[in-house]
Amino acid sequence: MTLTVFWIFGVIAMGSGLLCITRKNPIASALWLVVTLFALAALFVLLDAQFIAVLQVLVYAGAIMVLFLFVIMLLNLGRPGPTDIKGPLGLLGATVLAGALLLLLRPLGQAPLPAEIQLPPGTVAALQQQRGMVGAVATPLFDTYLVPFEIASVLLLTAIVGAVVLAKRKL
Amino acid sequence: MQPYIQFLMLLGMAVIAGTTMIVASHFLGPRRPTEVKERPYESGMPPLGSAHERFSVKFYLVAVLFILFDIETVFLIPWAVIFMGTGTLTTGFLLVEMLVFMLILFVGYVYVWKRGAFQWD
Repeated sequence: MTLTVFWIFGVIAMGSGLLCITRKNPIASALWLVVTLFALAALFVLLDAQFIAVLQVLVYAGAIMVLFLFVIMLLNLGRPGPTDIKGPLGLLGATVLAGALLLLLRPLGQAPLPAEIQLPPGTVAALQQQRGMVGAVATPLFDTYLVPFEIASVLLLTAIVGAVVLAKRKL
Repeated sequence: MQPYIQFLMLLGMAVIAGTTMIVASHFLGPRRPTEVKERPYESGMPPLGSAHERFSVKFYLVAVLFILFDIETVFLIPWAVIFMGTGTLTTGFLLVEMLVFMLILFVGYVYVWKRGAFQWD
């Protein structure tokens, strides 16, 4: 069941990612990227990283993509540009580079996980038992990392003031 | 996996309903295109120019402010999950914590407001 869902969303992510980089219209590319980000959010859920999945949808598929679309529209790039890959020579070059990349990535797929990022067995299940995975993120955030959390609001305040100062100067 | 079955069913039904409606209307509906019908709909007006226009840079400020306040709401999600208290964290403590966070960002909101960044002049 989990494996089937993984394959479905993995294929969606790969397919929309390929469509994203092959579309000539930048708006179409950006919209395919939204599909990729949604599929990645589903994959994060499969990894028991529900909070990252929520962040992925809210911040990346929501806010960051709005910024991407606005930049495309501000620069008036909404029309097809010239192709990057020209002629059979370009296609050959692209094939060779893609093959080289796959060859380089192959050992990574077979390599074991380093010990530092391997959780002891049962950790995730134990955390999930308490208050779900979002709760497992929330408890240290509001307890141990209380001060960094409050400072994050100061950081956001700085960004808000900076954005207004930079954008309002010439208006 | 178990809690997400309903969600996957909803997603599947949304995809099926959407595609069925488009495909069915494509095959079953009559299609007699005229020049007027093919035109993009612009509130019944004849369309003025192309949609591929340069947009005002003022939209950019709106987008940046949206991202910043969006990140603020992201912090509300884990907070809401443990709001009823967990371990050493009590509801009152969490409430004060989030109020301080919100208050600092409210200063930013008031600043944006007073500087007139919400005004479309």
